Amino acid sequence: MSTTLFDDQVLTGLFQAAAAMILCLAVVILCRQFQVRIERETIVSLVRGLLQMSLVGLVLGLLLKGSLPIGALILIGMVVAAALTASRRFPELPYAFKISLCSVGAGGITAIGFMLLTRSIGSNITVLVPVGSMIIANSMNACAQAMERFKSDVFGHIGQIEAALCLGAAPDVSVSPFVQSSVYASLLPRLDMLKSLGLVWIPGVMAGMLVTGTSPLYAGIYQFVIVVMILVASGISGMVVTALMQRRAFSQAGQLLLRPSATRTPSPNRILARMFAAKSEPQPANS
Amino acid sequence: MRELNQHVRSTLDVDLRSHSGKMEVEVRGLTRKVGDRILVDDVDVDFKRGEILAVAGPSGAGKSSFLRLLNRLDEPTGGTILIKGLDYREIEPARLRRQVGMVMQIPNLFSGSVRGNLLYGPAQRGETLTNGEVDELLVKVGLPGYDNRDVNTLSGGESQRVSLARTLANKPSVLLLDEPTSALDEESGRAIEQLILNLAGHAHITCIVVTHNALQAVRLAGRTMYMQDGKLITVGPTKEVLNEHHIV
Repeated sequence: MSTTLFDDQVLTGLFQAAAAMILCLAVVILCRQFQVRIERETIVSLVRGLLQMSLVGLVLGLLLKGSLPIGALILIGMVVAAALTASRRFPELPYAFKISLCSVGAGGITAIGFMLLTRSIGSNITVLVPVGSMIIANSMNACAQAMERFKSDVFGHIGQIEAALCLGAAPDVSVSPFVQSSVYASLLPRLDMLKSLGLVWIPGVMAGMLVTGTSPLYAGIYQFVIVVMILVASGISGMVVTALMQRRAFSQAGQLLLRPSATRTPSPNRILARMFAAKSEPQPANS
Repeated sequence: MRELNQHVRSTLDVDLRSHSGKMEVEVRGLTRKVGDRILVDDVDVDFKRGEILAVAGPSGAGKSSFLRLLNRLDEPTGGTILIKGLDYREIEPARLRRQVGMVMQIPNLFSGSVRGNLLYGPAQRGETLTNGEVDELLVKVGLPGYDNRDVNTLSGGESQRVSLARTLANKPSVLLLDEPTSALDEESGRAIEQLILNLAGHAHITCIVVTHNALQAVRLAGRTMYMQDGKLITVGPTKEVLNEHHIV
């Protein structure tokens, strides 16, 4: 077992991973020049990422001949993990996990289901899980981006929203400009990805297909299908999470509930106070 | 000016027909608690039709919180408010907020033209204002010919007057004003005060004005309510209340 786990290929991989991590840490240290201190978060993420991907490799190796239900279970687990990851950015929203789960689930299930129905992917777990994971990961990003944009827009325009409410506007009307920008923000990176497809980047799936001898033309078209499905999933996730946040942002009596929390979310005043304190008395960011 | 007053009055008469001679607003045990903090504590007070009442008190006394409860921008945790005898929780919030208009300390105008801001309220109930009505509102607030001005080009005083005109476009019967002149110079502030006096005197709109300025309270309000720590300490004739609390 040990010889299969730690053969030359794995050792080479670990060496390559270590080199990549060192370069990444160098960049993170450079970020300190811009008062961005993410060393601890990055180290934890790097170690977690390496362990998680190694584990995934092992699990996929064991499940190579698994069936569709096993693949579906793995994807469901990924959706839950994605929802947890997206919601962790919003500790001040008690409903963040629920709406993230609905959002990522809706986007992921729609896109993956459509690909299964049209036979763009088969039930073969070695294709289903990697392609599904790409779609779910992008849904997760779209969900988090939409949530962040909606939240920051609402926090930045509380006066205008309440002015609209005072004039008799319905809650959904009072935040309609922010709903639009939130959905757009979730789609923009994926739209850019689609625009630059083949020009700026050649995705990994296509490279893998070429290595295994698939027709380059088919590999290109297939990759296009995947990127379109990523856009579909992201759009659905962005819309679902924005709609759910919009609904939760107001009480039944049309009162704005989505407000900065004094205990968890730093207010602009507190941020300013912290900046001035940092200028007059330099201290480590973690203190 | 006279035409607009008649127009506002006729609209209000329709609203108030079933309520002649009664209190416009009756506040009963109004309370708002957030966590351990009591922002408004068991307040009882009545407002008569067409009166101007000042809300005075130190910072953090709960004056603005009280005003927000009147407009139902926040939910009371105890007590209620009767608008023309009707529990305000039974009125659809959007309709209530049109009838009980609110002008905030910061105008918060919507980007675009002055006209767009004036049309916003009526548009929410599928109505619009004629050019004549827009002009009348602008004359009323002392900004004739401003209808096509971009709101970004307005001064603080002009913005506050547009904010007031925007609220008046909904033809409210009660007007809540949260320190409407605190960010304005003396001259602009006096113009707003004159406007409030006209609205109460001619159009019989009940005006409830939060103010830190004792002299403004004296100039504007027949009665003043003094709040402290969320509680209503005194309500009565303005000079008496302010003297009692050594404000003037």
